[in-house]
Amino acid sequence: MVGHASITPRPPAAGIFPPNDEVLLNHFQESAFRYFLDRLNRDNGLVADTTRPHYPSSIAVVGFALTSYAVAVERGWIAREEAALITLTALRFFHGSEQSDAPDATGYKGFYYHFLDTRTGKRVWQSELSMIDSALLMAGVLTAATYFAGGSDAEREIRDLAETLYGRVDWRWSQNSGVTVTQGWKPECGFLHYGWEGYTEGLILYILGLGSPSHALAPESYAAWNATYQWETIYGRDVLYAGPLFIHQFTHAWVDFRGIRDRFMREKRSDYFENSRTAAYIHREYAIRNPGGYKEYGQNYWGFSAGEGPGVRTITIDGTVRRFFNYVARGAPFGPDDGTIHPSVIFGSLPFAPEIALPAIRQLYEQDPRIRLEFRVPNGLNATMPGPDERGWVSEGQFGLDQGLTVLMIENYRTRFIWDLTCECRYFREGLRRAGFSGGWLER
Amino acid sequence: MTEVEGQVQEITADREDEIWRDRVHPAEWLNPRPKDRYHLVVLGGGYGGILTALEAARAGASVALVERDLLGGTCLNAGCISSKALIRTSRLCADVTNAWRFGAGVPPREFHADFGAAMERMRHVRARVSRRCSAQELSERGIDIFFGNGCFTGKSALTVAGQELRFRRALIATGAHQIIPDIPGLAEAGYLTNDTVFALSEKPGRLLVIGGGPFGCELAQAFQRFGSQVTIVQREPFFLSQEERDAAQILSEAMARDGIGIHLNTETRSIRLGRNEILADLVTDDYETTVATDAILIGVGRAPNVAGLGLEAADVEFDAVNGVRINDYLQTSNPRIFAAGDVCREHRFAHIEGASAHIVTRNALFHGRQRLSLLSIPWCTFTDPEIAHVGMYVTEAREKNIPVRTLTVLMHEVDRAVADGEEEGFVKIHVREGTDRILGATVVARHAGEMISEISLAMSAGIGMRQLACASHPYPTQAAAIKIAANRFIRTRKPSLGNWLEKLWLRFC
Repeated sequence: MVGHASITPRPPAAGIFPPNDEVLLNHFQESAFRYFLDRLNRDNGLVADTTRPHYPSSIAVVGFALTSYAVAVERGWIAREEAALITLTALRFFHGSEQSDAPDATGYKGFYYHFLDTRTGKRVWQSELSMIDSALLMAGVLTAATYFAGGSDAEREIRDLAETLYGRVDWRWSQNSGVTVTQGWKPECGFLHYGWEGYTEGLILYILGLGSPSHALAPESYAAWNATYQWETIYGRDVLYAGPLFIHQFTHAWVDFRGIRDRFMREKRSDYFENSRTAAYIHREYAIRNPGGYKEYGQNYWGFSAGEGPGVRTITIDGTVRRFFNYVARGAPFGPDDGTIHPSVIFGSLPFAPEIALPAIRQLYEQDPRIRLEFRVPNGLNATMPGPDERGWVSEGQFGLDQGLTVLMIENYRTRFIWDLTCECRYFREGLRRAGFSGGWLER
Repeated sequence: MTEVEGQVQEITADREDEIWRDRVHPAEWLNPRPKDRYHLVVLGGGYGGILTALEAARAGASVALVERDLLGGTCLNAGCISSKALIRTSRLCADVTNAWRFGAGVPPREFHADFGAAMERMRHVRARVSRRCSAQELSERGIDIFFGNGCFTGKSALTVAGQELRFRRALIATGAHQIIPDIPGLAEAGYLTNDTVFALSEKPGRLLVIGGGPFGCELAQAFQRFGSQVTIVQREPFFLSQEERDAAQILSEAMARDGIGIHLNTETRSIRLGRNEILADLVTDDYETTVATDAILIGVGRAPNVAGLGLEAADVEFDAVNGVRINDYLQTSNPRIFAAGDVCREHRFAHIEGASAHIVTRNALFHGRQRLSLLSIPWCTFTDPEIAHVGMYVTEAREKNIPVRTLTVLMHEVDRAVADGEEEGFVKIHVREGTDRILGATVVARHAGEMISEISLAMSAGIGMRQLACASHPYPTQAAAIKIAANRFIRTRKPSLGNWLEKLWLRFC
């Protein structure tokens, strides 16, 4: 445990069955939010990546946390002044920490390393300077700056720091003289060499990269990235394909895609909101078909994404040889699939497809006492892999990204609060416009 | 051929090899006396060169075929046929290992793969297939066969083994050779290539495959299934970098399931000799590791065979990387000289089997204007599952601003695939948006190489998705996946006036 968390989670008493979906969601959302207070270092605003001992902070988790504080204020879980103070502490840290190509700096060129020591704020695990995780951090920074629009010194400073932090991110440098954005950079070996084709969570990166007032990506970069999209008919449904479900949700946690379309979506007469809904249905359909014959898969047990697994091992279970994976980007319908689901993406589907997400959430709650215990979703569940009880394997601890997605998407489902906030942020609007989005709320 | 601490041995020539060699390069062969001038001289006696020579000879042309080494080229002698024969046995090994899933298990103790016997069978197959590349038979069909290094001496002549061949038209079909990466220590440690690996008689205990293209992936999987412990190193983030990401992903999983050690996004920095083993130092970004192996197989790609051909004298433009430059009619910068196959790297689809041999013959001899770009040439990587493709990829279509949608059918949606226990893979057919025109397709399935032919035929014949939906398939077959895709296209298209009228009609019935 790091930091000085003062508020303990308040799960409902065991045995009390939430009377309706609203209460159920409220419990999940508040409990998820309290992860951030639990794992917060109040000296620098960094939040641990997971509840596992000795895990560092992830800058993406901080991005989700910064957005969650605004939600918490609105829900009455935390005072506005306290939220502003935590936010300000984080922004001051990012502003004052070392930006250089030194191997133990906090960031470089305005970007930040994926994992930072929660106490010192320095790079750990020899992690990469991560473009996408920096974008998720900036999404949180900009959302916080939009929310804290008050006249207090703290809120004014939040806005000023947010402008500075966002303005100094050198998005163009991240293209490494190419057309599209690279995934990362390391002082030890330069830009990373990973393929990042097709529709990915990189959408938020392009939107914020294009919206930059100082180092904006050229619109051609977005068009070049779009050229790798695949529009497929899978199980009879038209979808902009991406296997892992989080891809259909991370950018969407901040951006209200209802009715706004880029060139690609205009051509397909769809939008990224509708697309996320279709993706959820495809995951559910895959689970119902269950080609691998995994336990529990069905209409209320689905959701394949990037996350933890039971570990790299091959075991014969009920006469079938099963291969399990560790952390991997699982997806449907092309896999990889080892029987593991990632429940946070069910919550991530709430705004798009509540009619299938809510029954799945209710089933998780009703049938899995491990989830009822704290009202926080674990990163992975695998009913096929034997575990301590008949429910099978469950990943250890909780992950900040899962809790962040849960907080944001439950809120968007309930009130659209975060979407309404980012609609007011000129950088989000400018980025979307430069990417070619038009229609809907962008025209207001 | 490299010998590494006794782990890898060359075989001695046996009867099958004698038959094969006697056909593809008879020891006592005497080059004929050249005619005054040939209608067509084909430089390179691979499959494509032979097919073109045969078609031209059938049409009544005087034809000379020049080969520096073995007729049949890489395909017969060091590639397609050899590897497919080996893959057949390796697939059988995998089937036997998995047979218990089908209620027909063989106790592991009672099963063993006999690599030496599999290689013998491969040589038997090669000897049988070599008949169509036999110098004697080709000669009897009216083709003058010349063995030796062919070298152009001018715009309409070349020399081979001290004789001058004059021609009206020529075809360059010299193919390509394996690129050997510049890795410190590799030459000292020794390595296998497609030219030498099929001469093994014993499998290496451990094998490091450098390169994750079709050849590397096929052989890595085959050797692993024979019982070698294989590690494969691929510089790119995915295998088969030209193929669709989902196809490469499925292949990656299949290879991992077979037990192959996979290193993607990885460079082989250096090779060292250890005690009774070879050590390969690998680096992935900033992560370094060392893999111990008994043999190394190189499969990083191929470079066109353009050196020593006298192309400058013939006014044929080329470069060492992309090979001979050709236009859409397969014509080089010298209008008398054509080129096809791997020697034209820029036109990677210019496999000169069948259709393009026909193009060369028509365009070279009969003033034809047939275009390479109008051909739908399928290809297949014969891993398990197989990965086959024809026509455009989605990225190509989108780069050309062609709106495209993809009809996807998972093999687990296909009854026969479920019955066969072969549910891995998919059929993806790329269609121009708003029409039923097929732009291309990728099939990943156990028999993808067979299935792609139907789509290839449809594309060649201009058959769209509507007509494809009308074609019946026997039930149940795995190829029905194509029919399902076509049906899905019909169901998801925008309702036509006809649909509307049908609904109106039914309302009043």
